[in-house]
Amino acid sequence: MLKFILRRTLIMIPQLLVLSLIIFLLAKAMPGDAVTSSFMSNPNVTPEQMEKMREKLGLNDSWYVQYGHWVGNAVQGDFGQSFTHKQPVTSLLAGRVGNTLLLSTGILIVTYIIAIPLGIIAGRWTDSWADKLIVTYNYFAFATPLFVFSLLMLFLFSFILGWTPIGGSVDIRIETGSFDYIVSKVKHLILPVMSGALLATFGTIQYLRNDIIDTKLKDFVKTARAKGVPESKVYTRHILRNSLLPIAAFLGYEITGLIAGSIFLEMIFSYPGLGQLFIQSVMGRDFTVVTALVMISGTAAIVGTMLSDIILSIVDPRIRID
Amino acid sequence: MVVFNEKELMAKEKMNTPSFVKTIWREIRNDKMALGSLILLTLILLAAYLSPLFIDQTALTRVNFFNNWKPPSADNWLGTDDGGRDVLGQLLLGTRNSFTIGLSVTLIAGVFGLTVGLIAGFYGGIVDNIIMRIIDFLMVLPSLMIIIIFVVSVPKYTIFGFILIVSAFAWFGKARLIRSRALAERELDYINASKTLGTPSWKIMFFELFPNLSSLVIVNMTLTLAGNIGLETGLTFLGFGLPAGTPSLGTLISYARNPDIVQNKWWVWLPAALLILVMMLCINYVGQAVKRASDARQRLA
Repeated sequence: MLKFILRRTLIMIPQLLVLSLIIFLLAKAMPGDAVTSSFMSNPNVTPEQMEKMREKLGLNDSWYVQYGHWVGNAVQGDFGQSFTHKQPVTSLLAGRVGNTLLLSTGILIVTYIIAIPLGIIAGRWTDSWADKLIVTYNYFAFATPLFVFSLLMLFLFSFILGWTPIGGSVDIRIETGSFDYIVSKVKHLILPVMSGALLATFGTIQYLRNDIIDTKLKDFVKTARAKGVPESKVYTRHILRNSLLPIAAFLGYEITGLIAGSIFLEMIFSYPGLGQLFIQSVMGRDFTVVTALVMISGTAAIVGTMLSDIILSIVDPRIRID
Repeated sequence: MVVFNEKELMAKEKMNTPSFVKTIWREIRNDKMALGSLILLTLILLAAYLSPLFIDQTALTRVNFFNNWKPPSADNWLGTDDGGRDVLGQLLLGTRNSFTIGLSVTLIAGVFGLTVGLIAGFYGGIVDNIIMRIIDFLMVLPSLMIIIIFVVSVPKYTIFGFILIVSAFAWFGKARLIRSRALAERELDYINASKTLGTPSWKIMFFELFPNLSSLVIVNMTLTLAGNIGLETGLTFLGFGLPAGTPSLGTLISYARNPDIVQNKWWVWLPAALLILVMMLCINYVGQAVKRASDARQRLA
């Protein structure tokens, strides 16, 4: 067990190194550099001044020297300066990361609130009308692209019905920390969270339904029934205990999907989080911000997957390979 | 005394085991939703691919500001966009482009995933181990972000370049799936027999192992086709998809990034959004029928 955990953790080191290298080289390949993007709007700067600036920033060093600097600073939480926002990338991200975390956590919680009961119902009463309804809903959740669905939600609930705000994360001119502030935040979150969660239920429902159908034919369940355990207890004590544990472990695998989802959701609901910042920075060629964002997202996904692997191996010893 | 004619027997055997295509057709015919989806999808695609015959493509790119933002009328069934261009015409061309690109990505990623999966599964051992560790890593990457960075970094950006970039991130799952089946298959006698006879490995992989996995590949491709169309339109929606001047369903939907258009000029983006939704559902229903056909235990018919 300890050996597995150790090995799984050690694999992360080369993964993080390769990730940082890929991102750094990609950023180098992006057209324009820090100097051109920061002076793009200023026609008074001469090429000589720009060259001096490049020398000062170390942009004329060979790429591996620059890479070393970048990684060294990044480890200490310093991702350099944003050139469009004229402030350190770290403080720029700090102002936005809360919004994205709020959105992602909201999506995860709502997904489980919807998916777990539905999965259990579909698995317990297979082929009933409820099961058929849930399976049909799951088809929709699997097939519908997130951006199309969110747009339709926005159109229906914000524009036609006018129930929810059309964008942003909080109304302006509301005092931070007051009760109204929280209410306003929740109001702005409802629609993006629901759009994301209603489609994200697919995997959990599918897994839970199949797993319960498989488990309810197993011998230990038959034994429990034969002993006269009431049907509801067969499910809560014997079947669900087996089926629900891995779901908690899947959390870490969801991170990659949440990152991609937050880009679409934040763009459509003009929600000021990291996903929106990413698209704006790519368009503005603000590549210190871009590299920082990809690096942080990649690291989150790598660490999340590692945690999930380890938790799963504790829950289900069959997959422990050493 | 019964004389067994070997040829006759083999012919009979062939008649008794219908081909995969026949099984798929039988499965679709017996599932009303799948049959309906197939018919609807065929109609949409026929309209899209035949549209150049009855639509003047140069008129579609001509900007006419006196005619912009016209709501649906007899002349323009779905109204016009900011440049006075017909939305219906763009919708049909967009469907054609989006579907073609989704299909190309599926095929390219399919061939690549198949090759990598076959190699990993057939050789097993250390080769498999190395390939799988790399795929594990690639699957965790925030691929949407990296695709977007690629799209802005490529100097001469073309449709084909876009297809290659997206395909490069679409094969991981396929390789993993094929590898797991190939690993089981390689233990079977026919592969060992062929190895003993001295058949070259590549021949075993592609001409003996692959045919036995073909139904798996077909199922996976139909199911990922919808996802790939969604990815292309999604990227185009964000502004990092097809180069400007190539209409896609995503181009029409991207008008909806402006709140005024979402509310007051719904005819520009809503039909495209609904069309994508319908196409995705149709492809998935057909895909599910294909999936059932590949697995005798799940068949309805």
